[in-house]
Amino acid sequence: MGKRVLLIEDEPNIIEAIGFILSRDGWTVYTHQDGHTAMAKVLALPPDMIILDVMLPGRSGFEILRELRSTDVTKDIPVMMLTARGQEKDRDLALRLGANHFMTKPFSNSDVRDYVRAMMDA
Amino acid sequence: MTTQRMTGTRIREKRMDLGLRQAAVAEAVGVSPSYLNLIEHNRRRIGGKLLADIARALGVETHSLSDGADRDLLDQLRNAAALAGDRAEVARAEELVARFPGWAELVTMQARRLASQDERVRALTDRMAHDPFLATALHDLISAVTSIRSTAAILVSQEQIDADWQRRFHENIHNDSLRLGKSSEALIAYLDAPEESNQSSDTPTGQVDDFLARNGYHLAALEDGSAAPGDIVAQSGLTGAAAALLAGICAQYAADAQALPRVPFAEAAAACGYDPAQLAVQFGVDFATILRRLPCLPPDAGHPPMGLAVCDASGALLYLKPVPGFAMPATGGACPLWPLFGALSRPSQPLRAEAILPGPAAQRLLCYAIAVPMAVPHFDMPPVLRSTMLVLPDMAEGTAQPVPVGVSCRICPRAACASRREPAIVGTATAL
Repeated sequence: MGKRVLLIEDEPNIIEAIGFILSRDGWTVYTHQDGHTAMAKVLALPPDMIILDVMLPGRSGFEILRELRSTDVTKDIPVMMLTARGQEKDRDLALRLGANHFMTKPFSNSDVRDYVRAMMDA
Repeated sequence: MTTQRMTGTRIREKRMDLGLRQAAVAEAVGVSPSYLNLIEHNRRRIGGKLLADIARALGVETHSLSDGADRDLLDQLRNAAALAGDRAEVARAEELVARFPGWAELVTMQARRLASQDERVRALTDRMAHDPFLATALHDLISAVTSIRSTAAILVSQEQIDADWQRRFHENIHNDSLRLGKSSEALIAYLDAPEESNQSSDTPTGQVDDFLARNGYHLAALEDGSAAPGDIVAQSGLTGAAAALLAGICAQYAADAQALPRVPFAEAAAACGYDPAQLAVQFGVDFATILRRLPCLPPDAGHPPMGLAVCDASGALLYLKPVPGFAMPATGGACPLWPLFGALSRPSQPLRAEAILPGPAAQRLLCYAIAVPMAVPHFDMPPVLRSTMLVLPDMAEGTAQPVPVGVSCRICPRAACASRREPAIVGTATAL
């Protein structure tokens, strides 16, 4: 069983595409679509890495990231943020809150795969 | 001195227009030509009988030579010139006003229009940044494009993909392409729709809004008592209905500032986390006064952004201080779910509610509201109610059941809202 990646994203077709790519690359992919209950899902797993969308129903990815970084068991899990908003201020906020990487939609599959590999190797 | 200088210039211009010699006019009014020359070059004061005599000699009304109303025009002309840097001949502004008042009026009118358009552009830019529909629509577009790009890349890769996955990915691309088409059409329809703007500087309410916005909703001269409400109205340059509206707002502001002096009130507000209930008890004033007073704290003093809305019993907005994330259409048609309107059905009962806006960001706002009677009640007459709502965008606590509000039905994507009174001008495909 490969390392576990949790993909928190509300778009089912994006989940399917990223899930397919990472599964093919050897990861065990878990998915979650709701911002409110995302933290509970993280704590229940917990995963080796998280791919986290910023705009989620119920709770923003930034709020979830803030809680991840202030919770003992999740504070060191690598997090890559996905967002449709590529503004500098969002990137700064994500990195300031403790994201390891920030990727703007639309992204290329190879970029996602390469960053996930790099973060897990780091 | 401005009036004196302009009066002399006017006399000279009028005399020359009539083709009269300086000596002839001087003789007619009983002064020496050299003295009249000094007057015409604004080097001697003039008024009273001599001005009346000169006006009579020139065949004009006295006030047409000394009308002080042109001082406003001159001031406005100088303001317009200041905007153009040092290119305009500011020193000759009086001459322009005296000789070509129509042109001077045209220049100042255009300067005002330009300033108004600048305000409008700023407001529209702000709208583009904060409009929940635009945020949702763009999020939908980017999501569909992302999905199509990722899925298509998988299909065209050299990897072996089994038939089931291929079918699913083809289906996903098809569905996303349909969604992309719909979202694009909705976005174009929205951008082509007539603008629903709060900026209406042509109306008295719009003019007052513009004035308050320019001052950051903080009237320092009323805070320290260095000016009376009437002074603020006079300085604003507003007239007629706009001046009357502003006078009412300034009178209320001054009374609130007197009841809750800025320094101790600001300190207490910061100390209790801007809790209106605590402040009302601490200062012994009514809840509505606290709600009105908090958004008047100076915006550059480290206080959180605070919005305010006041409406009458019909729901018509009487006052609006927007803040990022909070706005209402000034012309009516606001979302009825705001606590501002809910308070009208429970007079004198303070409400506290967390509101959540539609859109992917799902911004939350902490709201306090109360509706109170504004006049002595009369038998067989409904009370004159006024509802006040304070909005704190940065102080929401993440309650489990926030009130799902919007700006107005026209741009609200909540398809299943029981309070909807008209269809959205865009699709409501996304359940929010």
